[in-house]
Amino acid sequence: MKIPNFIKNIFFGIPVGITFIDVFGYVARVDGISMQPALNPDNTKTDYVFLSKWAVKSYIINRGDVISLISPKDPSQKIIKRVVGVEGDIIATLGYKNEIIRVPQGHCWIEGDHTGHSMDSNRFGPVSLGLITAKATCIVWPPSRWQILPSFVPDERLPLNLISKSILQVAQF
Amino acid sequence: MNKILFNLMDSTMYLIRYGCLVHCTFEYVVDFVVCSGPSMEPAIHTDDILLTEHISPLKREINKGDIVIAKCPTDPNRQICKRVVGLPGDKIRTGFASFLVVPLGHVWLEGDNKNNSMDSRSHGPVPQGLIRSRAVCKVWPFRDISFFRKNE
Repeated sequence: MKIPNFIKNIFFGIPVGITFIDVFGYVARVDGISMQPALNPDNTKTDYVFLSKWAVKSYIINRGDVISLISPKDPSQKIIKRVVGVEGDIIATLGYKNEIIRVPQGHCWIEGDHTGHSMDSNRFGPVSLGLITAKATCIVWPPSRWQILPSFVPDERLPLNLISKSILQVAQF
Repeated sequence: MNKILFNLMDSTMYLIRYGCLVHCTFEYVVDFVVCSGPSMEPAIHTDDILLTEHISPLKREINKGDIVIAKCPTDPNRQICKRVVGLPGDKIRTGFASFLVVPLGHVWLEGDNKNNSMDSRSHGPVPQGLIRSRAVCKVWPFRDISFFRKNE
């Protein structure tokens, strides 16, 4: 009687585990230098981040969030990048075929923090929101790097529609 | 009192286990989809129910001619049902004398009802990561239960 019970536990345990991962999230290792200095600031150590699926379940993302998504170039690869522009934003691109682009409906503009060393929207253009799998909320390992990942867009990469608005506000004063 | 509590916990565990099993089946094995809209006529009509499988998209085995369910590229909360017309590297005719090569990691999706379909002709090639499942057969209405053949 012992063995059937054991098999039964595995049979139910695996779906429960998968569902938990699908709904709440999981911990993943970050490879590569594309998100320096926010992630992997030191080339010798790799960071582990918690990817929250719960946070993106209705595909509401904000500028500055660090997200993981399925690479549009290669569906078996997952990449981690920062959201620079959401739908309707006007972006000054770095080396994309159009110098200035408006992010189309249902898309976002993603970039790595390490400008120039990142495979991001400057190469393949705006990405569809449906490719987003999770939001990186905090670094969980190594202990010396424990922190919540802040949500921000570097000043020099702010979408043009936000910049012009702030200039207008300054001009009013 | 203790017994009631124990029973309640037991049935909750039961619910969680089977709920998770159902979630995994619908997410990774097979799934039922109710279609709406005219874009795939005559193969699929509004309110037809399709049996779809998630295994070949997970194994990246999508072929030309397959009917696939994908997340809409312009609205992630909606799903579209279209036929795969082009794979990466294929040349697609987009105008009288203009061609487009499907980029790496993308597919070209078109509805069978060419005159009434929002598809790759309007929003361009679709990333393969958006494909959720492949339609296997039609299970409703009863009178035309059928497996999908690959045409073209």
